[in-house]
Amino acid sequence: MSFKSRHLNSINAGHHKHTAGCATEIMPVPAAVRISMSQNIGAPCTPLVKKGDTVLVGQKIGDSDAFLHVPVHASVSGKVTGIETQRNAMGGMDTLVVIQSDGQQTMDPEIKPPVITNHKEFVEAVKASGLVGLGGASFPTWLKFNPKNMDGVKTLIINGAECEPFITSDHRTMLEDAQNVIDGALAVMKYLELDDCYIGIEDNKQDAIDNFDAMFAKQGLKNMFTFPLRASYPKGAERVLIYEVLGKTCDAGVLPADLGCIVSNVTSIAFLGQYLKDGVPLITKRMTVDGDAVSEPKNIVAPIGTEIHDVVEFCGGYRKPPKKILMGGPMMGRAVYSDRMPIVKNNNAILVFSREQAWIPEETACINCGRCHQACPFELLPTGFADAYEAGDVERLNDLKVMQCMECGSCSFVCPAHRPLAFMNKLGKAMVREASSNGK
Amino acid sequence: MASNTKYYDNLTVSNSPHLVTSLDTTRTMLYVVAALCPAAAVSILYFGISAVVMIAVCMISCAFFEWAYEKILNKPSTVRDGSALVTGLILALNLPANLTHLDSIEYPVFMPILICIIGSFVAIVIVKQLFGGMGRNFANPAIVGRITLFLSFTSYMSTWPLTRFQKAGIDAVTGATPLGYLADGSLTYSPSLKDMFLGNIGGAMGETCVIAILIGAIFLICMKIISPIIPVCFVATVFIFALVYYAATGGGPDGQSALYMACFHVCAGGVMFGAVFCATDYVTSPIMKLGKVMFGIGCGLVTMIIRLFCSYPEGVSFAILFMNIMTPLLNSIAEDRFYQISKRKKAAAAEKKA
Repeated sequence: MSFKSRHLNSINAGHHKHTAGCATEIMPVPAAVRISMSQNIGAPCTPLVKKGDTVLVGQKIGDSDAFLHVPVHASVSGKVTGIETQRNAMGGMDTLVVIQSDGQQTMDPEIKPPVITNHKEFVEAVKASGLVGLGGASFPTWLKFNPKNMDGVKTLIINGAECEPFITSDHRTMLEDAQNVIDGALAVMKYLELDDCYIGIEDNKQDAIDNFDAMFAKQGLKNMFTFPLRASYPKGAERVLIYEVLGKTCDAGVLPADLGCIVSNVTSIAFLGQYLKDGVPLITKRMTVDGDAVSEPKNIVAPIGTEIHDVVEFCGGYRKPPKKILMGGPMMGRAVYSDRMPIVKNNNAILVFSREQAWIPEETACINCGRCHQACPFELLPTGFADAYEAGDVERLNDLKVMQCMECGSCSFVCPAHRPLAFMNKLGKAMVREASSNGK
Repeated sequence: MASNTKYYDNLTVSNSPHLVTSLDTTRTMLYVVAALCPAAAVSILYFGISAVVMIAVCMISCAFFEWAYEKILNKPSTVRDGSALVTGLILALNLPANLTHLDSIEYPVFMPILICIIGSFVAIVIVKQLFGGMGRNFANPAIVGRITLFLSFTSYMSTWPLTRFQKAGIDAVTGATPLGYLADGSLTYSPSLKDMFLGNIGGAMGETCVIAILIGAIFLICMKIISPIIPVCFVATVFIFALVYYAATGGGPDGQSALYMACFHVCAGGVMFGAVFCATDYVTSPIMKLGKVMFGIGCGLVTMIIRLFCSYPEGVSFAILFMNIMTPLLNSIAEDRFYQISKRKKAAAAEKKA
């Protein structure tokens, strides 16, 4: 009998799920899309097309020779009008393929359902689909489905927690695309020979839980279960979800497969279910558009490569001048500098805030309250990281296990002095990485 | 794409998270003031206008010293965060309400007010600001303010006015505190436990009424402003220490049971007030759970050692100051245990050797 808590620390960051009741609307194809070649963790792709080429929907337009990558496909049919570079939200440079849409959305005739008979073909098909982790990490999914210890992996955990405030796109996927989720999960379980599947869903989405429970019962699925989670942030973080579902501690650097499970986002699994039926690669994405500067917050499906201002235009345009636009949720999403940024595969939300909401609070002195430590799911000591970082003390950063930080932002959220603790953690981690690459 | 589309290319870029709690330092301090209100209200009920004046003088002078110091040194002002008001209120509630009992002490008329101002100066300027201001002081400002006054103006600071209800029917205006009776060797004239629980006893303004302090404590714990670990460990240690001591020495001075004496020690003096409002000061108490446990137990032990074996009748403020100074040590012990720092280092060293 362990006295360890059944739940990891979490915070109440508010829910703001304004769009939970908004059925997904399909956005018309924009006049032009700009498709990024860097849409996955790992190597960016090289464009396979050049200016003046005609492309069809689903045609492969970017690929790479590197190990860790997935191909990129055209989301509209039309003419390539240029290959551009643009600074991305991370500060690096991205290559973009600009396609002027012809409005026909002609499908590439080569697209047909993949023929899969074994695990190897399954992994190849997933790779060809261009699928990355759609929860936000954009880790190539095929590699996740190809664990080194195939025999040790027994459980599929589907992440439908959606703990980020504002975002409801996974929620809508679970309501509108539940059959694809089940089909996708069954395929993964079949080819990876898994025993069971849990769908972790926060209990503020009871309709999704009930929906799955009813479908599992109706279809006689004895080894698929819903797993209700208490609605608090960050329940949808991979390492937190594994602890909640399996009760196993997943330290940073440990792969879920080492603990006998595979964790995948519910939208990734839903895409997979659809892909196995029609073979259309990942060219559209469901996302929540919300924030006080958007006229009509809603859930939409948009072609990948659509610029943010086109997305907002579809949602009634700006209600107020935007001051901050986030790709992703408010806790871990990235602020972009321009509304000409294109939608990428892992976008699950576009949040547009006006000047009033984009206000950055003034930092005051640390009062040593320890709320950052209490909020941290892994009970780390962010205030200690911040002091050690400022002192340049790599040894102390290691002593306090800074590399365990997953940058969820809970510490920054609860800090009464509004210190940018999560940011300092990232800097501290970078400092440790640099020190170890210099061989200490 | 229409050619007249206006793009926004100068958006704010900042690091995640983009949401922050509304429970900032200012609101935290307001909650602490709110939690002190029952104790302050009871002190006004018992000690009347002198309590009002002394609370006001302490709060205003603390805020003034904070503002003036930062103004003179050209530092950003932190008066608005309310921490100086909390310090002033806690300091006031730690003083005897002696304003209207001047006839019994040989002090000039303005002396009580001056004492409040001196205490505020020590707390804010010497203890807090000279060590770097908010978050940098190593000791609790209000506690050091009280100790300074106690050592500088001992007779004033240990003359305890009676409450308005105690005065009814008798001539005296001041009297001993329960701990004073205990130090004198007999509890015959000491108030009952019920009076001690309700605060109808001599003592510092805010620390007499256990029930008012408990209301504040429950409020702070429910609002998650403080963790219950330090107060619980502090009070429990006092209780158990007294229970064991009096059981071993054959009961209280007049044959009271060990259990009675344990309750007496918890309700008497500043244990409850200190445990809830002074020992839990964020800046000067440990962050991690193990550190908090050791801190609370340490406070209780030092308090009881002073009460039972030293010449002062009361030791809560000295105990808290002592443990404030121990806090960096407790923090490092707790960190070492929790993150297994030395264990990991030993393992790494052994690996290197092998």
